[in-house]
Amino acid sequence: MTLLSTRGLSKSFAGLRAVHEVDFDLPKGEVRALIGPNGAGKTTFVGLLCGRITPSAGQVVFDGRDISQLPAHRRIGLGMAYTFQITSVFARLSLYENVALAARRRVQGAAAVEAEVLTALRKVGLTEAPERAAGDLSYGHQRLLEIAMGLVQAPRLLILDEPTQGLSDAEIAGFKALVRDLSATTTILLIEHNMSVVMEVADRVTVLNFGEILAEGTPQEMHANADVQAAYLGTG
Amino acid sequence: MSDRAKVLALHGGLLVLLFALQFVLPAYHHGNLARIMVLASFAVGYNVMFGYAGLLSLGHALFFAAGMYGMGLAVQHGGAAPVPGLLAGIAAALAVSLAVGLLALRTAGVGFMIVTLMFAQAGYLTILYFGTYTRGDEGLVLQQAQRVLWGIDLTQPGTRYFAALLLFAVCVLATLAMVRAPFGKVLIAIRENEERARMLGYDVFRYKLAAVVISGVISGLAGAVYGLLFGYVGATFASVQYSIFPLLWVLLGGAGTVLGPFVGTLFMFYLIDLSSAVTSAYMLVAGVALVLLTLFAPQGLVGEIRDRIWRWLP
Repeated sequence: MTLLSTRGLSKSFAGLRAVHEVDFDLPKGEVRALIGPNGAGKTTFVGLLCGRITPSAGQVVFDGRDISQLPAHRRIGLGMAYTFQITSVFARLSLYENVALAARRRVQGAAAVEAEVLTALRKVGLTEAPERAAGDLSYGHQRLLEIAMGLVQAPRLLILDEPTQGLSDAEIAGFKALVRDLSATTTILLIEHNMSVVMEVADRVTVLNFGEILAEGTPQEMHANADVQAAYLGTG
Repeated sequence: MSDRAKVLALHGGLLVLLFALQFVLPAYHHGNLARIMVLASFAVGYNVMFGYAGLLSLGHALFFAAGMYGMGLAVQHGGAAPVPGLLAGIAAALAVSLAVGLLALRTAGVGFMIVTLMFAQAGYLTILYFGTYTRGDEGLVLQQAQRVLWGIDLTQPGTRYFAALLLFAVCVLATLAMVRAPFGKVLIAIRENEERARMLGYDVFRYKLAAVVISGVISGLAGAVYGLLFGYVGATFASVQYSIFPLLWVLLGGAGTVLGPFVGTLFMFYLIDLSSAVTSAYMLVAGVALVLLTLFAPQGLVGEIRDRIWRWLP
């Protein structure tokens, strides 16, 4: 069953076609990686999905419902969660409060919130004191905090924009395990540059190039695809 | 002691101290402090929007005056008693802040500052335009008979002080409860990073509108009480300087702290009071003090204390 689909989804910025007539389907329960060279329109595309960016044309359907006209906060309310490419935590608030803000929309009561927050922090492997200011964390740990803020929302669709950027090898290994763990309950759309992550965690891969879908298939198929290699190497 | 206990002890302690001070202060300072508590309540209202939601308004005189005139006109022309008068003031501030919020929140940053400033100027000119009812610059003077609340004469210094303290306590405790509740945390989140708050699923516009209305109502309530306690409702209170004052008080005391507005108002009031006794260039003294504070305590007095010593301050 399809959780999310788009039809003819397009976005132009002053004549530049960032995303062009994309028809995209994401079945429930899948881990899908979205890859493509820099400037391919990946972040714009997920921005259109979750409502950060208004499309120039086309539709977004989530769980059978046309959400093209809904503002971002309503889409999040329907069960999407989005983590930012450029870390965008609340730098002056504590680790705890960052995750609690994400949790409180779903659970009420201080005790229930606390339990959720501590679980999410533990899952991503953040062992710092929860009262530390988020801005004091290393870049990699701010990425993990972003992921925790996504997790704690218990979303039906989790959109992760380059989650492993800036993580150490050990943290990347932890992230892979986390995604495998989550994939039992959550549909995941993941923008990723790290090919080892893509190869190991994604069920399928969509390749964007110049705002259009270039190819789609299993990680192995994409790895072997000549067009994909050409797009990445720039010899096409 | 837990943070919660410390917070309650500090804020409760200040209110108890203010209560006790009325028995020991000389008449002059007694009167000053009553006035400061009412003005500080205005600053508390301003702080909800500026300090917590991060919305810099340059038009808060409009809300203060809406409450003041809502009360004053009802009492003077409607023959209302103080309580219905206060309710009229609150209703006026509510209506005005809701309308201003709905329109001004379509803008952000500098645009928001300009739009609020313009609305406040329009409000000021409206008061002058309807001089038949408002008596323009001259203002309305409320008689003693109009200022008796449940048989309590608000023109007496003792009752006036007590009424001012009551207002201040309500405003401080209300904002304290607000910032410790999830609602207040969301406002802070919006101040810190609006886009992130939106992408956590919060309806940012509604939260900001709620902040404008809460801020407007507290400011309007302070205006209504001011008019009632000091017996004067004048257009000066709608002028641009009464939009700038709360901004200065809050900046000096510490934006985004519950006690900052009071500390800032107290500091500024006595700075001008003491320096004007020494020199006619007292605004110069105030200006230099402001520059020094901006240089050495950019978070405001209470804000610096929070940064350096008491990290648990709300």
